Amino acid sequence: MATLELSIDEDVAVSPVARTRRLGPLFWAAVVWMVVVFAAAALANLLPLPSPTDMDMLERRAPASALHWLGTDGLGRDELARLIYGARISLTVGLCAPVIGLTIGGALGILAGYFRGRFESLIVGSMDVLLAFPPLILALAVTAYLGQSLLNLTCILGVLGIPAFMRVARAATLTLARREFVIAAQALGATHARILLRELLPNVFLPLLAFFLLGVAVTIVVEGALSFLGLGVPPPISSWGSMIGEGRESLEIAPRLAFLPAITMFLTVLSFNLVGDALKALTDPRQSAL
Amino acid sequence: MTESAVLSVEDVAVDLPTPRGNLRAVDHVDLTIGAGRTLGIVGESGCGKTMLSRAILQLLPKRAKLSGRVMFDGQDLVHLDPERLRKLRGRSLAVVFQDPMTSLNPVLTIGTQLIETLQEHLELDSHAAKRRSAELLAAVGIPAPEQRLTQYPHHLSGGMRQRVAIAIALSCEPKLLIADEPTTALDVTIQAQILDLLSREQRRRHMAMILITHDLGVVAGRTDEVAVMYAGRVVERAPTPALFKKMHMPYTEALLAAIPKIDAAPHTHLAAISGRPPDPTRPIQGCSFSPRCRYASGLCLREKPLLTAAESLDHQFACFHPILAPAGVDA
Amino acid sequence: MAGFVARRLLYLVPVLVAVSLLTFLIASLLPGDLAYVILGDQATPEKVAALRHDMGLDQPIWWRYVSWLGHVIEGDFGRSFRTGQTVLQAVAERLPVSFELMLLAEFGALVIGIPLAIACAVRSGSAFDRFMTGTAFGMLSVPAFLSAILLIYLFAVELRWLPATGYVPFAEDPVGNLRCFVLPALTLALGEWPVLMRVLRSDMITTLQEDFIAMARAKGLKPSRILLVHALKPSSLTLVTVTGINIGRLIGGTVIVESIFALPGIGRLLLGAIYTRDLVILQGVVLVVAFGYVLMNFIVDMLYAVLDPRIRHGHA
Repeated sequence: MATLELSIDEDVAVSPVARTRRLGPLFWAAVVWMVVVFAAAALANLLPLPSPTDMDMLERRAPASALHWLGTDGLGRDELARLIYGARISLTVGLCAPVIGLTIGGALGILAGYFRGRFESLIVGSMDVLLAFPPLILALAVTAYLGQSLLNLTCILGVLGIPAFMRVARAATLTLARREFVIAAQALGATHARILLRELLPNVFLPLLAFFLLGVAVTIVVEGALSFLGLGVPPPISSWGSMIGEGRESLEIAPRLAFLPAITMFLTVLSFNLVGDALKALTDPRQSAL
Repeated sequence: MTESAVLSVEDVAVDLPTPRGNLRAVDHVDLTIGAGRTLGIVGESGCGKTMLSRAILQLLPKRAKLSGRVMFDGQDLVHLDPERLRKLRGRSLAVVFQDPMTSLNPVLTIGTQLIETLQEHLELDSHAAKRRSAELLAAVGIPAPEQRLTQYPHHLSGGMRQRVAIAIALSCEPKLLIADEPTTALDVTIQAQILDLLSREQRRRHMAMILITHDLGVVAGRTDEVAVMYAGRVVERAPTPALFKKMHMPYTEALLAAIPKIDAAPHTHLAAISGRPPDPTRPIQGCSFSPRCRYASGLCLREKPLLTAAESLDHQFACFHPILAPAGVDA
Repeated sequence: MAGFVARRLLYLVPVLVAVSLLTFLIASLLPGDLAYVILGDQATPEKVAALRHDMGLDQPIWWRYVSWLGHVIEGDFGRSFRTGQTVLQAVAERLPVSFELMLLAEFGALVIGIPLAIACAVRSGSAFDRFMTGTAFGMLSVPAFLSAILLIYLFAVELRWLPATGYVPFAEDPVGNLRCFVLPALTLALGEWPVLMRVLRSDMITTLQEDFIAMARAKGLKPSRILLVHALKPSSLTLVTVTGINIGRLIGGTVIVESIFALPGIGRLLLGAIYTRDLVILQGVVLVVAFGYVLMNFIVDMLYAVLDPRIRHGHA
């Protein structure tokens, strides 16, 4: 493999997924991990775990034992249970927020790319205003004003993602809208709505999906960062981020309290990045020559 | 040959693994060249002449496999350790590439590219190196040499850039200069000047030179010996006058005939060689030229002819049906 | 070219206005009352009404926005009712700290990224190259606060080489100052180096295949000289551009790191304002940072246009 593509997208990473060997073992390992985490989070109620909120003041920061497989945290709560219930929160925010970006941003992008003209300039311009704020700062400011809640957090993170999804959708639409099948549909007298829904949307969907997965990874990270500072999910709800934040205080005595959620978060984010990146390589419009 | 050989290429073969199979770029080539002599290597694109020059310099791509020996100044370059090889290059063994726009570094000044060679091999201090660089530029015919030292390659014309490349090559008084298609990328009007410059410098420094080209006209009168290459092999080798007067290889004859003649009648057909050079990943059994040769027989298609001597030992050819009494062309 | 710059500048104005509007609106959405927050437990209905009148909070919203904007244009971003400092004073105090962090972080990223990029380009396709490229990809999944925890644990807790928190001004004690920045800058650098490495590696792989590199080898130059002088220089353009962009992007990214390592920068100012509900500072800082961000993006756009003439003529 001689030279790599040169592109300066903020989100494009160095890819270990070679073009020829697209779905290698790393990819499948990532998928397996994602399934495991999802399953654990979804079925948390059914698993034979102690409750994550039961505090046992006599057993604080206890090491791993038969009763507590991963030990207990600073308030005597079972660490494994907290990890799994924390997964619920992190994954919920991590998935729901990008959905907002995907639907609104995707729609705006397709419309902008299809209709062009002043409408497009207006949309691109307003996105620029949103992009003018450093994302973390905006999220902090909004949660400060509106108060901390799971809903607020999800909404603001979702809104922050809209410009990026808009860009991806618009770029994909711009390349597609000039292709023959769109012109053909127009010649046949198809309405705009029909073209948008039947012709463009299915083709724009895959790149958007790849970007969605990368967006999940980013959201988990940003939510984690906010919760780490205590400004994300409102206590007593805890996500991986807040667990790491709490674990920070015990670094000297029980470092695993910070590292267990950290490793879990890292593996999950890495998995989403790997799968999203692989999908992106597969659906790269530059490679498809219609 | 009365003088000992400066360079002796012995049974050199270069193989390149490609996705479509093994590519034999150079197929068991033997060459020698004595001090102060000029050897011309002529052939179509893809005949292996550039690969041969890279093989001599040990600058082949990483995946290439080289067999044989390259004896330079008594040392086998193929098995020489990298540090000693590095010291030889640029100093005793120099090269001029085809396209001076790409062979000179666009972000470094002419002066830097000259001085670094001098400082590396001759250990001159910067002041002496600068002086010598200006002298070299003057010697190759570049006006206002001191100003040029601070200029960048894109400030100069193609011919000027090649002169700079030649100056760099000559800077450490090499024993052998390899000029790989030095004029192909230049205007026709400049070509003669550059070739004359090379010949002049070669004579002056009593330097051995290999002149690689696809143009038989270039080697006429400027070389002592010519080797004609086809499909990775040397198919004819002779002192230059002999080659032009009494060529034996049908390919050589075809090459000569392909040169347009200025005194030909208008609308004369250009005698191009029919067919195409063979695909190097699919070696032909038998003589490589046979598909395009008008003298080819069944034998030619089955067996590969080896280089055999003609009337004199220094004229060799590889053909089963050599032209023994050709019309000949004045060199 | 002048036309292009003028057009982009013109475009800048509405963006800045919109940014200020958005910032103001967010502030006005505050549930509850600014006056209540300020007075705290001293609030009585009369005092609240009086303060509201004083602060102009009983005026219609558009009037308040215009008046606020007017002050901003004059350079009055407001004054904190907690500390009494003006916003600009507070920002001016903290900005150098954040800048030092950003510069050191980017510097660290270069120190890590450049040698790795060169090493990978030279051994392109080898196991080493694939391993480093994979590591770079993996590092992008490690957010700053995770790296921070890891580094603190390693260097402050276990090895006790470096302080976990704290800040000493440069003027007072240069060495101490730099010691305080090592871990924070390294934390950010760990997140930045993959992009730089990837860009340089890609450019170098292309450059190493150029004729002038073969020529340099044919001249018998030392391999180190060929790499660092002949190959690195022509490959650096994208790297320089991306580095510049990244420094700008780091403006918002220092918040976490400043908080964890207790560095008194802009980010910590912002967080402090949130914790103490100092809404004037909060609004002012957000505005200043957003303005800086917009300007940074604008400069980067200009830089792109200088480097790639196609953009100037609207073809990109």
